[in-house]
Amino acid sequence: MNPLAPLGGLGRAVLSMLANFGKVGIFALDAISHIFRPPYYPREFAVALMNVGWLSLPVVGLTAIFTGGALALQIYAGGARFNAEAVVPQIVAIGMVRELGPVLVGLMIAARVTSSIAAEIATMKVTEQIDALVTLSTHPMKYLTAPRVLAALITVPLLVGIGDIIGIAGGYVVATQNLGFNAATYLQNTVNFLETKDIVSSLVKGAAFGLIAAIMGCYYGMNSGRGAQGVGRATKSSVESAAIMILAANFILTGVFFSV
Amino acid sequence: MIRMENVAKAFGDNQVLQSMSLEIPKGTSMVIIGGSGTGKSVALKCILGLIKPDSGMIYVNGKDAAKGDRDKFLARFGMLFQGAALFDSLPVWQNVSFRLLRGPLKRPAEYAREIAIEKLRRVGLKSDVADRFPSELSGGMQKRVGLARAIAAEPEIIFFDEPTTGLDPIMSGVINDLIREIVTEMGATAMTITHDMSSVRAIADNVAMLHGGVIQWTGPVSQMDASGDPYVEQFISGSAEGPIEAVR
Repeated sequence: MNPLAPLGGLGRAVLSMLANFGKVGIFALDAISHIFRPPYYPREFAVALMNVGWLSLPVVGLTAIFTGGALALQIYAGGARFNAEAVVPQIVAIGMVRELGPVLVGLMIAARVTSSIAAEIATMKVTEQIDALVTLSTHPMKYLTAPRVLAALITVPLLVGIGDIIGIAGGYVVATQNLGFNAATYLQNTVNFLETKDIVSSLVKGAAFGLIAAIMGCYYGMNSGRGAQGVGRATKSSVESAAIMILAANFILTGVFFSV
Repeated sequence: MIRMENVAKAFGDNQVLQSMSLEIPKGTSMVIIGGSGTGKSVALKCILGLIKPDSGMIYVNGKDAAKGDRDKFLARFGMLFQGAALFDSLPVWQNVSFRLLRGPLKRPAEYAREIAIEKLRRVGLKSDVADRFPSELSGGMQKRVGLARAIAAEPEIIFFDEPTTGLDPIMSGVINDLIREIVTEMGATAMTITHDMSSVRAIADNVAMLHGGVIQWTGPVSQMDASGDPYVEQFISGSAEGPIEAVR
């Protein structure tokens, strides 16, 4: 056996990964360009706004409230080791707004929205509905992709903002009801500690994660294989890729906003 | 008129169309027959531009199908897909009048609904079907809705992809008769792909036998039984013996 064979395999895997990045990048540029080019489909955009934004609220709210509450408990317990229990409001606020809010909302959107977009579009491809769209003089990128991408771009930052507030509220409830914090002081500390940059970074991350979630769902849906297996694989790959890309984008954006 | 000249298409190592040439005169109904996986659907999708051929030329009314305004080109076509390909998220009437609700042919919703109901009646469906969703319809009804959608914008050319697959013989007969009536009534050019010989006899003016990526025989349906072509004879008789391998 050639001792360099494993290197060949590694090289092929890297080339394949780079090719996939290229394909996703071209797809993303194409999808974004269709947002600005007519014809527009307002009904499909309204439906996407509802699906991506409004219907994600319960999941986002529950995720945020439990995370905020758990964060308050952890910080209180950890802070007690060096008599720093009083920092709970500040750390909950900064933790939720800078990191946990955007990342958890992004991952929830990947789980809920990316999967549903990929499964829906992949099923449409398998059942020839996308071919039918073309024969009816309707561009699938304009009709299916552009409304979903735009809806995610608009609604996910809002969801992140709402998630941040609900997460902080979760920490507030736990801190004031279980840990003996004064309600007014808790709120005062939270408001005083947060900076504009924290909030802007949170919303920018939300927009980036929304874009990633919608693009990955549409990309894998449009490029799905045949049959039920193809739809299943497209759905799984879309969620995996979206989750990884959201975490990678989070690292990059955190570096951009907060690197010293 | 549709003309295909030496059209070839491969998917990886699988050369589906070798050098397919075919002519469909204006206002006639051509039925392409052939076994499963012989490239009938690929040929049809090449004409529509859903699949790009590797080589060869396709002309529609003398013009290169690959050039010019895509929307204008596609506006001349209607297509009935094998599984009807109705949009699950839209009620039946919006499926039928899809073209009339958006894009350059956009009309007021009330008018589009009237047209949809008229076309549904034309294919033998009552107006109460209009507000149902495709998942609430039987396979035969879905095919009829697909047919209504294909004719809604009164296209010059209509394609039918396996129009009777999965239907019982009675419903197949109904669909075949509808296709024949509509094509005659509209004066449209029709291209149908099928392996259902009863469809061939009901729908076709002309028949083409596709096998091995090329047209093995083509001629009027009246001459099909006496074609003398071994591929056509084996296909009509359904025999396992002949030039078409039973195990593919």
